[in-house]
Amino acid sequence: MITFTVEDHDGNRQEHEAPDDMGLSLMEILKAYEYPVLATCGGMALCATCHVEILEGKDALGHATDVELDQLENLPEYYPTSRLACQIRIGEILEGAVVKLRGEDVV
Amino acid sequence: MIHTDLCIIGAGPVGLFAVFEAGLLKMRCHLIDALPQVGGQLSEIYPQKPIYDIPGYPEVNAQDLVNNLMEQAKPFQPTFTLGERVDHLDKQADGSFIVTTSDKTHVHAKVIIIAGGLGCFEPRKPVLGNLEEFEGKGITYMVKNPETFRNKKVVLAGGGDSALDWAIFLSKVAKRVTLVHRNETFRGAPDSASKVFDLANKGKIDLILSANLKEVTGNGTLEKVVLEGKNKEEINIDADYLIPLFGLSPKLGPIADWGLSIDKNAIEVDTRDYSTGVERIYAIGDINTYPGKLKLILCGFHEAAIMMHSAFKFVYPDQKLSFKYTTVNGVNSF
Repeated sequence: MITFTVEDHDGNRQEHEAPDDMGLSLMEILKAYEYPVLATCGGMALCATCHVEILEGKDALGHATDVELDQLENLPEYYPTSRLACQIRIGEILEGAVVKLRGEDVV
Repeated sequence: MIHTDLCIIGAGPVGLFAVFEAGLLKMRCHLIDALPQVGGQLSEIYPQKPIYDIPGYPEVNAQDLVNNLMEQAKPFQPTFTLGERVDHLDKQADGSFIVTTSDKTHVHAKVIIIAGGLGCFEPRKPVLGNLEEFEGKGITYMVKNPETFRNKKVVLAGGGDSALDWAIFLSKVAKRVTLVHRNETFRGAPDSASKVFDLANKGKIDLILSANLKEVTGNGTLEKVVLEGKNKEEINIDADYLIPLFGLSPKLGPIADWGLSIDKNAIEVDTRDYSTGVERIYAIGDINTYPGKLKLILCGFHEAAIMMHSAFKFVYPDQKLSFKYTTVNGVNSF
């Protein structure tokens, strides 16, 4: 298990645990915790509806791929800390990270 | 006014297959979709991606599946209204409905089937304080008729393929085209990007890089677009039109206002026939929810078959429905 923090659209922070041995993505975990993440394309880095900002712990996650950047850079709002949650695998690299939900896709 | 037996809202895979199931029961369909093409998410988001869980297809390309569904529906001659969003559903005295779209197309139908997936794909909007004040008064999110922009001052914002393509196209039509992009480089098609740089070098368009939209101003209609440049400086551009091109995102839209029971952006249905709480309105595919719901295309197909047998009584109230296999009877078109 790893522990990380999610900041919702209203700025409320909540700490969560997630299994790091099941090959899940951050998007899947956010949906499991019932955060308003649409994830229209199901995790193919094709819709950018799982846009998040990594407020703390970004460096450990490595760089976004070209496919991911294609989506991110097309968004009206894009930050140097922006990532697509579907492209981040849950693992030790996410331990202690702070993730902020972004984008306009509030359910 | 278009008259039909069934009006299907959403022309994605489930809406298209519903035409086939309706056709087997001699019910005619008219489909409406906010996107300019059929296929829903498959055509809009991942046309070239393989799908592995369609029964009988170990692997099928998403656009090929859409093409096949169109072929399968063809004997039943469905009609389409594309590029228009359904805004209103008005119940008539006889129980039927009149559907009105964003472009004021009217469809009269005995039964409504909502196969709207995740909702309508609508343009992503930039976060600007007074954006809505100028929507339709200089701010537009798509180029429907390029002639609108003839001899006008147009500002395009975005860095994807559509921003590049429209900048190139409108440079021949508009009085002045300014393309604003937040980065120094474009991630769109390299060919289009080099054409844009070429046009900028020749003075045919104004290219403003490393800049973001900051404000829009005008007196009733748009007059000025204000940008924030690389060094936080303000850049003012005279503009008749601003076209932000930041892609599309699904929204539930007007469906939320039709008196249906909605849970987490999905319509609650009775799993006996996928009917909603409103008589003659059904919901199938990703737009519906029920205990155990799986958002899979194949589940939507199943729901379409079941619901058509329920809708039959509203189209043919005096007839008894007899269940037939296509293998025995073939597919008899209208």
